[in-house]
Amino acid sequence: MRWTIAAFLLGFALTCWADDAGQIKTASGTAFVERDGQRLPARVGMPVRQSDTLITGADGAAGVTFTDNSLLSIGPNSVLAIDSYTFDSTTHRGQFDSSLRKGTLAVISGKLVKQSPDAMRVRTPSSIMGVRGTEFVVRVEEPGN
Amino acid sequence: MAAIAIGVLIALLAGCASKTVDTVVVLPDPQGRTGTVVVQRGDERHVLDQPYAASRPGAPVARLSAAEVRQSFGATLEALPARPTSFVLYFVTATDELTEGSKGELQKVLAALKLRGVPDVVAIGHTDTVGDAATNDRLSAQRAERVKGFLVEIGIPAGRIQTAGRGERELLVPTASNVDEPRNRRVEINVR
Repeated sequence: MRWTIAAFLLGFALTCWADDAGQIKTASGTAFVERDGQRLPARVGMPVRQSDTLITGADGAAGVTFTDNSLLSIGPNSVLAIDSYTFDSTTHRGQFDSSLRKGTLAVISGKLVKQSPDAMRVRTPSSIMGVRGTEFVVRVEEPGN
Repeated sequence: MAAIAIGVLIALLAGCASKTVDTVVVLPDPQGRTGTVVVQRGDERHVLDQPYAASRPGAPVARLSAAEVRQSFGATLEALPARPTSFVLYFVTATDELTEGSKGELQKVLAALKLRGVPDVVAIGHTDTVGDAATNDRLSAQRAERVKGFLVEIGIPAGRIQTAGRGERELLVPTASNVDEPRNRRVEINVR
């Protein structure tokens, strides 16, 4: 087991994702990454950075693998902001904050949460979630929907 | 009076505009374990630590069925990237040739990788402690490159595969120098 972890660590050190929080791994339908006021079509392999916002249309969905192995995906008509992301691949410490403004989100937490519970927080307009290592889904609906 | 009425109306409208209804559901992982999510919604606090436990505003924690979750979140869950995984292949002493056992294993690894959309791969080569350090550095890098070759053959872009040789620095089975240890002659393949 120990060598597997060591290998993963080395793997992260070797990847060229150093400045990136993660990478888009799945994208379908209308899906964008909003960065510095620009909307870039979400494509598989595209980096995701802190302060990016992921946006999907009625037919859209997208999934991101983060450098700590957290996996996040959003379904149709969704807006997810990556508020802040830091991950130290040596100590596994850092902080991951994101906000689901609307739509649906699925999360599989990664090494950040394994290292320190409370390293990951997900907000909605009305809630804040503390994540202690798990898989979960979130939906934000407008009233009347 | 009118000012107060307008004030109340504005407050109500503002309240409406910002009020969304959120649902949070924790799911069991593939091993059947469920973690914990704590939902804080103003003064309301829900601790979700049972499979399919669901939090909605103004209601006690409920349990959904797997089918209900699939219906509500199917498209979202389908968009989740494949889980990061890793494989190990073993080599014949002093060569970059796979052992007979690992030749079979390689086919399984390749089949698994073909199922993943766009994998990022890190292949890290290792040796046992037979031979000098410089030779082993070279050999471990060769082994990793050999694995990269197999992956490129099945269509994984070379740019998505990184290789490294660790020589005899990271022994899986710690040994003295000059010990022939098959489990140390390996390449670890990390995929995400």
